[in-house]
Amino acid sequence: MNAVLATFMKRRMAWPLIALLLLLAADQIARPGFLSVRMQDGHLYGNVIDIIRNAAPIALIGLGMTLVIASRGIDLSVGAVVAIAGAISCNYIVNAPVQGSLSAALIGVVLAIVLGLVLGAWNGFLVSTVGIQPIIATLVLMVAGRGIAQLITSGQIITVHNDYYKAIGDGYVLTLPIPVLITAAAFILAGVLTRKTALGTLIEAIGINPIASRLAGLKARNIIWIVYVVSGLCATIAGLMITANVTAADANNGGLFIELDAILAVVLGGTSLRGGKYSLLGTVVGAFVLSTLTTTVYNFGIPANENLVFEAPVVIAVCLLQSPKTMELWQRWRRSSQLQAKGITV
Amino acid sequence: MFSLSNVLYVRSNKTGNAVTRIDPRYAPTLATVGLFVAMLVVGAVRFPNFLSAQVFLNLLIDHSFLVVVAVGMTFVILSGGIDLSVGAVVALSMILSAKLLQQGWSPGLVIPLVLSIGFAFGTAQGLLIQYFDIQPFIATLAGMFLARGLCYVTSLDSIPIRDPFFTAMSQTRIGLLFIRTPDYHVYGQVIVPVSDAFVSPAVLIALVVVAIAFFFLHHTRFGRTVYAIGGNENSAVLMGLAVARTKVLVYAISGLCAATGGILWNLYSLSGFPLAGIGMELDAIAAVVVGGALLTGGYGYVLGSVVGVLILGLVQTFIAFDGTLSSWWTRIFIGTLLLIFILLQRLFSRKGFTVPGRRPVANVPVRPLDTPAALP
Repeated sequence: MNAVLATFMKRRMAWPLIALLLLLAADQIARPGFLSVRMQDGHLYGNVIDIIRNAAPIALIGLGMTLVIASRGIDLSVGAVVAIAGAISCNYIVNAPVQGSLSAALIGVVLAIVLGLVLGAWNGFLVSTVGIQPIIATLVLMVAGRGIAQLITSGQIITVHNDYYKAIGDGYVLTLPIPVLITAAAFILAGVLTRKTALGTLIEAIGINPIASRLAGLKARNIIWIVYVVSGLCATIAGLMITANVTAADANNGGLFIELDAILAVVLGGTSLRGGKYSLLGTVVGAFVLSTLTTTVYNFGIPANENLVFEAPVVIAVCLLQSPKTMELWQRWRRSSQLQAKGITV
Repeated sequence: MFSLSNVLYVRSNKTGNAVTRIDPRYAPTLATVGLFVAMLVVGAVRFPNFLSAQVFLNLLIDHSFLVVVAVGMTFVILSGGIDLSVGAVVALSMILSAKLLQQGWSPGLVIPLVLSIGFAFGTAQGLLIQYFDIQPFIATLAGMFLARGLCYVTSLDSIPIRDPFFTAMSQTRIGLLFIRTPDYHVYGQVIVPVSDAFVSPAVLIALVVVAIAFFFLHHTRFGRTVYAIGGNENSAVLMGLAVARTKVLVYAISGLCAATGGILWNLYSLSGFPLAGIGMELDAIAAVVVGGALLTGGYGYVLGSVVGVLILGLVQTFIAFDGTLSSWWTRIFIGTLLLIFILLQRLFSRKGFTVPGRRPVANVPVRPLDTPAALP
């Protein structure tokens, strides 16, 4: 048992998982019945379901972000892509011949996905072909993207009335929320594609040592294109979820700061920002931690706008616990205290 | 530093004739200045009244706080880091000073207190980055969350400032006696200059900050260490430079500048509000990049960043003068400018960017042996 625990604690995912469990336990103690899930109108209801549903867009964007970060990149533009995806789909649906029709929703979604792929390819082009540092390359779209979204919506908040579109955000299939199912499917697909093929290893190789992987004959350029396109796609689908949930496209506030949440989810999940080894499951845990943290803050009756004050220390604590430097300091302290216990002074 | 002989150098071309070349290192900064002048010329041709002294001075008045924040950001970016917390720290110092003044504290206490909070905030981030190996991006992101959250805790509403000192400072107009601004034009023909051009005290404070930053970056050992760290941190360590202290100080300076920016914004708006400065870190980073600095660190100038802020301001002025363009074009223009400058840097830079698998890269960070992600 001890050995199992020891191997578990060595995994970087351990700390966020512990944080997650602690938060849930605190919630349950503060309000008994917090964790209960019940059936209502054929749907699952409960705080846990809400936590999972709120985590879905962050986790989905985090999925793309994980692959980008594993290749030693970063994608700051996802928040802007979320806004653009919402703007283009809502703009189409509102102006469609029949606003409430299935075809309007479908074409709106397809338009958004095509545009998302183009935006992802644009980032990939800047990073891989032009050779710009990822953080700057995606900063361009981050800054310009919200302007583009406002251009599409003419600065208005577009409200749509289309039940098919709305379902992407708050519908249920088989008692489960649709966003959760979409995100789960995306993770399974990504897991199979990267872990059952060489793709995942190739991405890690680029992240660990770009030069060595090039010398080993790896076509880094194509793989980098792929990760940014995947990130754009994930952000687009998440954008559709977020927009559909409120049935309105807000170019200014849609997906605001979500790039930061997604990056945090990835880092909390144990994937180093320096690139290399990544963990998709870790990202899911990271997204759950963030979403649980928000719910916990509400649960404790703390005003919604103060949750940032609680988010920051948790982020810092988990990052500190994961940092190899902290481990080193801790071990040094333990060694010296053990020596002192034996009466040896250093 | 800026002497012409450094920027231009003479060498012989294939036919043996001497030709004058631009040192590629200065190309982005020269492009910045060139763009600024070009924008002024285009503005002057398109809009009457554009090239008046007061329009130019208003650029400084409206962006004095951004200038100060961008100066702090320049230090961080030159050292190869990034500070995402500045916008939130600006808002925090704004709302804190407004709140304390409301409760009757004297400005003589409030200003030093707020400045030292900004400095301490930056120092804490620097310590996390330097001694716990947390990425600057993540550490300052957490700092941003914390500072923004503290703003909301302090107050959710805008707090007006009625303190006599702040009111007096914000209403003071410092006339520039030698620059007279024409009040109106008739078909481009200047009629009598009537009023003196003026600046606000905030502008003077911002310019003093720029001067101090310029002195520290270009004339002290500390400044050279900042450049050295941005160029290659490992080399800087091996050279025996005070890397740890300098890296912490760089973030402390950024925090101090952000707090100063907050006070200047107090003076500008005579209030404090918790939503101030959202996205300001982006503007500051954009200004530094448009000002010719490399985001990888090591190259760039404080004065370049100042021109960068002025260019961002000019974009807004253009849109205001034009009248038909909507405000969201500002962001699109700024994004396009960023892109152009990044491409320019790519063309002229001799320093390697992190291009996975393209060519040997000069500044790939050496991975410490104990990093868990070292080998699969």
